[in-house]
Amino acid sequence: MTTKKHYWNEYQKEIAGDKYFYERSCIRQTFFPGSETAFLRILKEELGKNILDVENQHTCTGIGFYSDIVPLETTMTIVARLFSLMTEAGYENYVPSCVTSFGVFSEIVDLWEHQPDMLEKARNILLETTGRTFELPKNIAHPSDIIYKFREELKEKMRYRLVNRFTGKPLKVVEHIGCHYAKIFPDKGVGKAEFPHVLAGMIESWGGEVVDYPERRHCCGFGFRQYVVRANRGYSVANSKKKFESMQPYEPDFIVTNCPGCTMFMDKWQYTIAEMEHKTYDKKGYGIPVLTYEEMAGLLLGYDPWELGLQLHQVQSERLLDKLGIHYDPNEKYKSVSGRILPNPEKPQYLRV
Amino acid sequence: MKEREKPVHGDDNPKPREVKRRLKATKRISRRKRLEFEEVELPLQVAIIGGGVAGMEAASVLAEHRCPVILFEARPELGVNVKNKYKIFPDFSDAGRLVETMTKAMDHPLITVNKDTEIIEIIREPDAYTLLDNKGVPHTVPAVLLASGYEPFDAKRKEELGFGIYEGVINSLQLEDMLREHKVLNSLGEDPRRIVFLQCVGSRDEKVGNHYCSKICCITAVKQAIEVKRQLPDTEVYVFYMDLRLWGQGYEELYREAQEQYNVRFVRGRISEAASTFDGRVQIKSEDTLLGQPLKMVTDLLVLMIGMEASPGTRKLGKTCGLEGPYGFVRSKSPHLEDNLSDKPGFFLAGTCKRPMHIAEAVNDGRAAALEIIKYLRK
Amino acid sequence: MADFGFSISKPQSIDTNDMDVGRLQALEAKVPSFKRCINCGACTATCSAGQFGSFNIRRIHNLYRWDQRKGLEKELQQCMLCGKCTLVCPRGVNLRYLIIRLRKALADNK
Repeated sequence: MTTKKHYWNEYQKEIAGDKYFYERSCIRQTFFPGSETAFLRILKEELGKNILDVENQHTCTGIGFYSDIVPLETTMTIVARLFSLMTEAGYENYVPSCVTSFGVFSEIVDLWEHQPDMLEKARNILLETTGRTFELPKNIAHPSDIIYKFREELKEKMRYRLVNRFTGKPLKVVEHIGCHYAKIFPDKGVGKAEFPHVLAGMIESWGGEVVDYPERRHCCGFGFRQYVVRANRGYSVANSKKKFESMQPYEPDFIVTNCPGCTMFMDKWQYTIAEMEHKTYDKKGYGIPVLTYEEMAGLLLGYDPWELGLQLHQVQSERLLDKLGIHYDPNEKYKSVSGRILPNPEKPQYLRV
Repeated sequence: MKEREKPVHGDDNPKPREVKRRLKATKRISRRKRLEFEEVELPLQVAIIGGGVAGMEAASVLAEHRCPVILFEARPELGVNVKNKYKIFPDFSDAGRLVETMTKAMDHPLITVNKDTEIIEIIREPDAYTLLDNKGVPHTVPAVLLASGYEPFDAKRKEELGFGIYEGVINSLQLEDMLREHKVLNSLGEDPRRIVFLQCVGSRDEKVGNHYCSKICCITAVKQAIEVKRQLPDTEVYVFYMDLRLWGQGYEELYREAQEQYNVRFVRGRISEAASTFDGRVQIKSEDTLLGQPLKMVTDLLVLMIGMEASPGTRKLGKTCGLEGPYGFVRSKSPHLEDNLSDKPGFFLAGTCKRPMHIAEAVNDGRAAALEIIKYLRK
Repeated sequence: MADFGFSISKPQSIDTNDMDVGRLQALEAKVPSFKRCINCGACTATCSAGQFGSFNIRRIHNLYRWDQRKGLEKELQQCMLCGKCTLVCPRGVNLRYLIIRLRKALADNK
């Protein structure tokens, strides 16, 4: 089956080149801690960029806002405060790690553009409550945009390629883009909404093959208010399940996403579905490994998988590491930074690890 | 449009004032009722921009009334938009033969056809117009007929439907070619088990900026569905529509026939996206709006019924002549009794450069414009 | 099997790949005027039973077209065969006969 895509070239988004103000993600830090560290390392060490990671940053309230718990004014003010942290540090390019954050910022900035009185309101409230002022960022880019922009430079430094060491063929990769990245404001995503190129570009540059399957555009089901309440969780899980069933015939080697929520979902629900329905979506029952794009870049650059935090994923990645030809020490897997041996996690009943 | 106070005085082009005087002179000379022009002395010609069915019909009528015509067609052939079709509704007559008949009529001593010639500028003179073509030759004429027509909508702009990306997604013109060759095949080169038509691609669509209805796509889909069933009786055919607009004589009957005789199935719902399946077929998502339930279907071929948009020539000339109407089409003076006139005397309009039309309408429009021109020249 | 306190929702969209076209074709062979239906809704509008119950004849035959037969047999019991639908149909579908055949088909193909 051949697919020809030729829209990317027209939809190039403006991505800043240097001097980034980084804002961490709630979920990504919790579930995939190695990712953000890897991103900062890639930007500072490999690309030599100026990226600032301040200590007093905080949540953007995206989860609360989309669950209808946090009202719009509060979110607006919190966003204003984050921008004031950026202005205070003297930076103009805002880089939020989470795709939901990216969506929240794009939405609020768009709201302020169309309703300047709301912008005034935000400035006033911020000044009253914290005494701070802020400037709007010149450019809001997602970290995946930045890696996309420098993918060729990174390619030069990479020790590995997305190629199956045993067969010599490119790895089949399913790429999944967070809904808040390109679906809300198609112009703010590389490649627009239907065929986003931000992850596909990385995969293609680094030697892999992108898999186009029927439910590619489907949401993973995160939805915030659905997932948060246990009674509704099955509804969220059903969406990820739909995607898995659709990608199964293509036998992908791994999934890569740019949204922390999606990574969490695609990873954890494979465990849930395996335990609840005794179903896995790869041939051998281990599940399809799910990586964040930072983990993917980090692995190819030769960072240690356990430092990247792959052991914390629900679906274990050893088989993928073998395919890539990356060396790892199984004994180091559950060791803390100081070298202390941590207790091993409990093994699932059905999903093989 | 550029205007010139002083008329052009080239060797080949007579002074417009002389032109008018000569006309009057001829009238006086000839006692006969018909207007006669002396071809030798008088390079007076009516210029027709566009060699489609409207332009050709106008040329025919003018020539019959002894008025010399110079016809400019930007493409290498005449009547391309109609020639691209195989059989035309409602009687399934042959499009190629129709164009052939009209093209043959262009073989007339009073008609000069310039193919591969695009008019890039029009300058208004007192009582005349000077046309500049892409070869650098100017033509000064007392009357101009703009019949620069339409072009089919480029379905690539509807990304979610995968045209130009997935091989199982084609547009209605490509299906016409397949029907002509009797080779309706899916992306794997086999007989399709199922074909799905989607109406209103590029028309009635906010996202591409065309709010209007292209008028002929509904009946075209019904016609093509019947043609497909005639060639492949075992294939399932579905037509997904938002509305079915079958306004012409015989159209509603054709719809009934499609349902009853040919078992074509009509579903009221728009297709939101098309994706490729593992075995090279196309998966579509739609809703049966009459049931209120979303549905998923796998098909071998998805045919997009593309609408009509103003051609690049229409858009450009509409702008330079100050006649630009909505969506890049040209605006006539009034849609009722002055539909062939523009607000500039001596500048006439015919055919699909104004709005989507079917063939009979465009031909009639060309005929009407020709008679308006004759009326004008007699003054 | 593990119980995490929720069940995974089932897809609600009609999957046309599960359709049995033969069933519809058999019905159409018996009631060829049925093919002419354009879903105008005049039948449902005038229906006697539809004024008092959940009976919607247009919806019923649409569901049957997509081979979604759940609950149709029960719903069709409400039809009194008064014939008003057949009188008003602009396309001349023989609805009374269609309903009789639908009932039979649903009873047989259970």
